[in-house]
This record gives sequence, C-alpha cells and structure tokens, in this order.
Amino acid sequence: MTLMILMAIICLLGGLFFFATATIGLLRFPDFFTRLHATGKGDTLAVFLSLLGLAFYEGFSLTGLKIVIIAVFMFIAQPTATHAISRAGMRSGLTPWMKEKKEQ
Amino acid sequence: MNCFFTVVGLCLCIFVFCALYRAIFGPGVFNRVAAISAIGTKTLVLLLIFGLLYERVDMFIDISMVYALLNFIGCVAAAKYLESQGGIE
Repeated sequence: MTLMILMAIICLLGGLFFFATATIGLLRFPDFFTRLHATGKGDTLAVFLSLLGLAFYEGFSLTGLKIVIIAVFMFIAQPTATHAISRAGMRSGLTPWMKEKKEQ
Repeated sequence: MNCFFTVVGLCLCIFVFCALYRAIFGPGVFNRVAAISAIGTKTLVLLLIFGLLYERVDMFIDISMVYALLNFIGCVAAAKYLESQGGIE
C-alpha cells in the first residue's frame, strides 16, 4: 500500500515537471510551430504520468481502470490533435521561424 | 496526502493562467487554438484531483472523460475549419 502511494507521488511530481516545461515552452518560444512542439510532446507525457499516478493512488478498481482508459485515449488523441492543427497552420501559409543572420 | 493533492492542484492552476496569457494575447488564431488545447489538457487532470479531494472520484471521472473527448473533437474541428478557411490574419 505504501509502495503504491510512493509510486503515485513520484508519477505526479514527474507529470507536474513536464507540465511546467510545456507551459514555459508555450510562453517563451518564438513561433507557432516551436510552441506546438513544446506543448504537444510535453503535455502528452505529462498527462500520461499524472493519470498513471492517480491510478496508482486509486488502486485496482473500476475507477482505476477508467483512469487508465483515459490515459491511453489521451496518449492517442493528443498527437493526433497536434498534427491536425500543425498541418492546418502549414497549409494556410504560416512560415516556420528562421534564425536571421547577423550581417544584412 | 490531501495537502499534496492541494499543492499539485494549485500548481496546475498557475500553469493554466500562464497558458491563458498565450490564449488572450497570442498573435493569430493558431496560437490561441494551441493554448486552448493545452488548457483543456491541464483541466482534465485538475478535475480528477478535485474528485480525489472531494472523495467523489466516481462522479468526477465521467466528467473528465467527456472533457477529454470534447477537447480532442474541438481541436480537430477548429483545425479542419481553419484549414478550409485559408488565410489567417
């Protein structure tokens, strides 16, 4: 029982760390595509870790099974949504950010 | 354990407000859609933590599941609409 709670705390802290990096990336990156890169990958892993931690805390029951089902669904759906919105941005004429040269 | 969940929920609230800055001031529509999707993802975890704090996880977990589905469908629908719309600004 104590091991499960320890695993829950470790997974929740890991998820919180990845949420923090995704939010910093969303605020600080210069372009739409780079922001989407940060929030797409970081949020996916953070949701998976957080829900896994909550499922560890809940234990083996119907509620824990439902939490795992949500985690698996988010692991499939979040990259799909990120890909769809990034393709829409690419097709409607957004150009990726380039580092400009010092001369010129 | 309740204190730990409260701290995690407060951190998630701070992240939601940080992402809300991008959703309000972000240049263009696409930044706003990405920020709203990130906010929805954080809210999903926040709902489950509320459920654990209020000791009613079996009710909050269905709300959380519906929130995940609506977030995904909304993001894909916005992407489809903006793709067919063409120009951005």
